[in-house]
Amino acid sequence: MWSYALRRMLATIPTLLLVITVCYLLLHFTPGGPFDTEKKVSAAVLANLQEKYHMNEPLWKQYLLYLNSLLHGDLGASFRYEDWSVNELVATALPVSAVIGGVSLLISLVIGVALGALAALRQNSVVDYLVMFLGSVGSVFPAFVIGPVLVLMFAIWLQLVPAGGWDNFAPRYMVLPMSLLVVLNVATIGRVMRGSMIEVMSSNFIRTARAKGLPQRTVVLRHAMKPALLPVVSLIGPMAISAITAAVITETIFSLPGLGKLIVSGASNRDYTLVLGLVVLVTVITVVFNLLVDLAYALLDPKIRY
Amino acid sequence: MVFAKKDDALVAKLGEAIEPALHGRSPWAAARTRFARNKAAMFSLCLLGLITLACIVGPYLLPHAFDSADWEAMSQAPTWKNMHWFGTDESGRDLLVRALIGGRISLMVGLMATIASVSLGIAWGATAGFVGGKVDSVMMRVVDIMYAVPYLLIAILMVTLLGRAFYLVVITITVFSWMDMARVVRGQTLSLRSKEFVEAARAMGVPTHRIIFQHIVPNLLGVVVVYTTITVPGVMITESVLSFLGLGIQEPMTSWGVLIHDGAQVMEVSPWMLLYPGALLSTALYCFNYIGDGLRDALDPNDR
Repeated sequence: MWSYALRRMLATIPTLLLVITVCYLLLHFTPGGPFDTEKKVSAAVLANLQEKYHMNEPLWKQYLLYLNSLLHGDLGASFRYEDWSVNELVATALPVSAVIGGVSLLISLVIGVALGALAALRQNSVVDYLVMFLGSVGSVFPAFVIGPVLVLMFAIWLQLVPAGGWDNFAPRYMVLPMSLLVVLNVATIGRVMRGSMIEVMSSNFIRTARAKGLPQRTVVLRHAMKPALLPVVSLIGPMAISAITAAVITETIFSLPGLGKLIVSGASNRDYTLVLGLVVLVTVITVVFNLLVDLAYALLDPKIRY
Repeated sequence: MVFAKKDDALVAKLGEAIEPALHGRSPWAAARTRFARNKAAMFSLCLLGLITLACIVGPYLLPHAFDSADWEAMSQAPTWKNMHWFGTDESGRDLLVRALIGGRISLMVGLMATIASVSLGIAWGATAGFVGGKVDSVMMRVVDIMYAVPYLLIAILMVTLLGRAFYLVVITITVFSWMDMARVVRGQTLSLRSKEFVEAARAMGVPTHRIIFQHIVPNLLGVVVVYTTITVPGVMITESVLSFLGLGIQEPMTSWGVLIHDGAQVMEVSPWMLLYPGALLSTALYCFNYIGDGLRDALDPNDR
């Protein structure tokens, strides 16, 4: 197990290095420097600025300096938000995205697993149709269509919740964004859970359990649940990652001050260091999540041996 | 010669009678029949054809231009009057024409990015599958890495840095949508290489290029066609997301993503600005999904 974990961890290094390098080079070879402003900056000021950000050094040295500061957890300074480092911006934005993404993922796991299991046990029932309906909604309507429509219905027409905005984790601002994420996630989780539960329930060991005379409850909860959950576990990783990606969309729709909003505003302001820093950060989070999911999978599935 | 000469006519007749049976149905004809029997897929195909046709010819038939303002009908709700069937935006531009023009761009981006990523994916996957060994493992490692990166963020970084011209958006989307195809084609190539019918062809002395084109490519084509239809909606969603974030197609050009973005800004006063483009995009995605499903059912040789 440990050697597998170690090997798996080492394998993440090339991924990280590749992404960082490609993004860094992209950034470097983009025409137009960060100090191109409408006002002409005098040569002396420009030289000083370049000195400060080590831009007068050769490329390889700048790159190594950047890697070095990354290793120390420093994402650099923002070019547009003066007096803000990328770290400080991230520190204010990350909790917003993490709470919305994390809580909605938890809620959708509970709902999705329950609905999916019920749908599988009672095929062609109301629950079953609900799961299948949600599944097809999720695959046809993208988040950026459902999101504004939710706002239109619940915030503008029914006036139940605010259309967007943020007030220090006040729940009424989190209801709509979380509902959007829950609808989308439950669609996927429910469909996968339904499929795997149907498959597990028709397998031999379930027939054995029934033959022993165990009641339905015990068969489902003690025997069928664990193997049926495996495909859902493998979904958590991609979902946690897509929660970050989806944050870009939800936070734009509901104007939440999270990571996604930061990335979009950084991109439209051409705040290069901010966007690069965020991409690096999210890549690290992604890679770590994939790693954790693989390890969890290895722990849960007795068929996997290293 | 078993038959005497006078029996020639009889032989010809017999030949005619068993001709269809001898030829059988080609896999493609069989697939076409199966696809035609799939109602959802056929309906989607017709609907998508209609939408595409409307996007191509519609703007010529309608009296409004996509970028000209009708000062007498600003933020006009959908109405029969003056042919503003989808309503107008806050500067009086006709939404129907804009939605059709936007559809051209969205479908065009979808088509071009799909062609590009499908070609890249096939080339990558087939090379990895045929060459095998070290080359294969390095090439597939690249695919793994591409899967592990948060593609939307890097796409955002790319359009931020490179610019938002039409072809740059297409390139950016292509970079992140070829991996599925590469994996599928590689897997298929690997398994086909060691199939009995390929071995049989080899044993019969069929030259390699004929094995590739007569035995491997037709078998590859099925999955390629299926995955192509699955790639299209994914690609169109990526374009729309970028445009929705204000980072894709730029004014005065428009796409469904741009229209949904604009609509979301003004939905309080003009909800039709959001609902119509959203419905159009969703309909197109729905069609591609069902056509993809139908093709998979029709072309999957293991599913007879």
